[in-house]
Amino acid sequence: MARRSEALAVIGRAVRTPQGATGLAIAGCVVLVAAIGPAVAPYSSTQFVTAPFARASSVAWLGGDILGRDVLSRTLDGGWELLAMAAVATALGVAVGAVLGVMAAYYGGWWDNVIMRAVDVILAFPQLVFALLLVAILGPKIWLIVLAVAISHAPQVARVARSSALDISERDYVKAMQILGIPGRRIVRRDVLPNLTSVLMVEIGLRLTYSMLVIAGLSFLGFGLQPPAASWGLMINENRVGLIANPWGVLMPAILIALFTIGVNTFTDAVARASLGVGGRATEPEPVALVAREVT
Amino acid sequence: MTTTVTAETEKAHEPKPRKPHPIRDMVIKRSLIGILTLVLVSILIFAATQTLPGNAASAVLQNTATPARLAALEKQLGLNRPAVEQYWTWLTGVLHGNFGTSLANGQPVGTLVGGRIVNSLVLVVLAGLIGTLIGVGLGVLAAAWRDSLFDRVLSVTSLAVTALPEFVVAVVLVIFFAAVVVHWFPAVSVFVPGTAPWSNPKELVLPVATLVLVIVPYIFRMMRASMIDALESDYVQMARLKGVPKWRVLLFHALPNAIAPTIQVIGLSFLYLAGGVVVVEYMFNYPGLGQALVSAVSDRDIPQIQAIVLVLAAFYIFVNIATDVISLAVSPRRRLPRS
Repeated sequence: MARRSEALAVIGRAVRTPQGATGLAIAGCVVLVAAIGPAVAPYSSTQFVTAPFARASSVAWLGGDILGRDVLSRTLDGGWELLAMAAVATALGVAVGAVLGVMAAYYGGWWDNVIMRAVDVILAFPQLVFALLLVAILGPKIWLIVLAVAISHAPQVARVARSSALDISERDYVKAMQILGIPGRRIVRRDVLPNLTSVLMVEIGLRLTYSMLVIAGLSFLGFGLQPPAASWGLMINENRVGLIANPWGVLMPAILIALFTIGVNTFTDAVARASLGVGGRATEPEPVALVAREVT
Repeated sequence: MTTTVTAETEKAHEPKPRKPHPIRDMVIKRSLIGILTLVLVSILIFAATQTLPGNAASAVLQNTATPARLAALEKQLGLNRPAVEQYWTWLTGVLHGNFGTSLANGQPVGTLVGGRIVNSLVLVVLAGLIGTLIGVGLGVLAAAWRDSLFDRVLSVTSLAVTALPEFVVAVVLVIFFAAVVVHWFPAVSVFVPGTAPWSNPKELVLPVATLVLVIVPYIFRMMRASMIDALESDYVQMARLKGVPKWRVLLFHALPNAIAPTIQVIGLSFLYLAGGVVVVEYMFNYPGLGQALVSAVSDRDIPQIQAIVLVLAAFYIFVNIATDVISLAVSPRRRLPRS
């Protein structure tokens, strides 16, 4: 498949730009911390090691949290579940959204109306509020949060996929194939979908940061992993009363969440540029339009 | 909603009494779709909260559920009646301003939520206006001094901090301005119930600043990009060659044409604010809709959740319509009827 390697080539071009490399490295470091963290943590994340909000010492390198547990161990332990949830929610949301969007564009008419109306209904909720609505009824369950975030991503991805698919189907070579009598299904599979890959890669990056935003936000509000489990969002909330005594309990999770978002953003922008023009120095307005179009 | 719609129609109507009127047509069409969406949204909210398997009554009572208490609460919520009838009762109540009774404290939801709407609106409008001014201003300056140090620093920073979670921004602000470095502002709001939020401006600074910092990067990036586009266009070149002063070219030739795409992003920022207030109000203990939603979700106070989510959804739909109408009104090219 020549076209599939074209998608890889876009990523390759993005990685070779300084911006793309920096972004990937930053996000990669956070993923590494979250992935190997539980294995290298000096203590268990629920073990009482020192006094509440104790200052950093040789016993606890980043001090104690609200109950005297080790901040370093809880930081190392509290990321992988957050990142895994964000990754699954993003993959699910983009996949469902892309399928719905292409279906709406391909079938048109009645299908298009039903799908886009459903999209409007879900788009009438702020993402976090939509997740809260589901959590309110079924309780703060991990699968539910992942599902809620995925459902709230799908409409936005569907819109982007639909308009790109419509755009592609307007092109001459697609029209030529239609005139030649090539079945529509085959045109979608062989020509529309491959051309969507670079649009969808940018969507994956955007949705990943928003997944992180909503899932960590829910965890901050107390509707993610339940205590005593360690989770970055929850840690910030638990430890902010002791901000003056030991700021690390708040700072470490905040820094890691921020670095992940910054890294993914920077890399996604590099991918968006690479997919537009060879050499990466594409005109500025296009990537900004891509990034800004579906902000919320 | 209807009053605003007619006001806007008339405002747009007066200066150009043209026969095919795209703005009026659009307002009418979008309002009808908006109302339809709101009805669908209300069905979704209702279905999710009241008729889901597992039953709202047992969700509320949890461990304290006994058959007698369950039956009593089911009767109070009207769960023993058919779903369509329940929805109809709820909807007619909502249309008469009756949102039911809070399960947490027995007060009418309308009065609990009513005052908080104003508080949240103060936060959203202040943050939206300040964020728009800063974002547009910085965007124009960065485009005017393109590739200068000022532009490069701002562009890199704004790209990096886009979509930073609001509680991370809030925590950083609290560390700098309320807890560790200086103590200028309170880390949490302490509003006396019944006082207006603007009577205590110091309490508003950090919540508003958090929201502003989250939305400015979006507006800035869009403004800069569309300004650069406009500055490279032929009519701006023409104006320059005619010897129009630089600031005049910037503000009167380029800006009006560059603002249209930015209005979409400003609209999106207002949409974001409707969700962003939830975390920020919780963080600063600000008595708005978001904070009420978080505690209602904790208490499983279903009538209150229904009311707040419905209000937020209505705000969302309204902002969407307003954004499209305003961006149509400011872009002369798109205002013409399509051939």
